[in-house]
Amino acid sequence: MLARAQAGDHSAFAQLYSLHKRRIYSLCLRMVGNIAEAEDLTQEAFLQLHRKIATFRGDSAFSTWRHRLAINVVLMQLRKKALNQISLDEAMDPAPEEGPGRSFGAPDLTLSGTIDRLALERAVGDLPAGYRLIFILHDVEGYEHNEIASMLECSIGNSKSQLHKARLKLRDALHIRPKQEAQ
Amino acid sequence: MIVDRNQLSCAEFQAQLPELIGSGENAAIHPHIQSCELCRALLADLETIAEAARQLFPIVEPPDKLWEQIESAIRQERAVHEGC
Ligand SMILES: [Zn+2]
Repeated sequence: MLARAQAGDHSAFAQLYSLHKRRIYSLCLRMVGNIAEAEDLTQEAFLQLHRKIATFRGDSAFSTWRHRLAINVVLMQLRKKALNQISLDEAMDPAPEEGPGRSFGAPDLTLSGTIDRLALERAVGDLPAGYRLIFILHDVEGYEHNEIASMLECSIGNSKSQLHKARLKLRDALHIRPKQEAQ
Repeated sequence: MIVDRNQLSCAEFQAQLPELIGSGENAAIHPHIQSCELCRALLADLETIAEAARQLFPIVEPPDKLWEQIESAIRQERAVHEGC
């Protein structure tokens, strides 16, 4: 009986893994920027999910929030790792010197409308962890501000303003870096 | 003289921008954008960045060995659990 339950658990979990592995792994990869760490983080996220999953069975809304749960596990792992030596909570607080005036640039600095993928990857990698996370969740993963707010336990306004600052920082980074030949 | 009550400085407008963009409204039709080249360029850049993010970052498939590692870690946890 126990064995059958465990076997059932296992196939349900295998299904859950195959449903979510790509988004979870991609998120981890973008957040930590290297494959070995992304694999560790993904594994830890799914192990935590596995430990928790028994308590959540039978919920009709299961599929909608299990991805959220997976994301939360990733966030917890990232917090533990103290990404870039900055805690996410810390990064979530707007730095005092980051006023809205930062973005006044001469019109001739406008992005040409095309962004090089490597340049963008590098610029995203250089963002402080909190900004990077919101940018990835919203602009890359496609979450809405209300979803991000509930995942990160911040206000919707906070999510909007952090995303805006992340994009401003990226804009600065993409303007400043001159086009480089392959190095 | 008619005073345009919608006329904002760039700083005032840009302070409203996160909410304007985040609410899903069409920021491009805002009166300030219509009249200010600087903020129009800013908005275009931010849209370019968001668009690039959607297009340039593919969803990545994790290696198959990862599932094997997870399965074996689960078996280990179960063994430890049953051991006590
Ligand atoms: Zn302006």
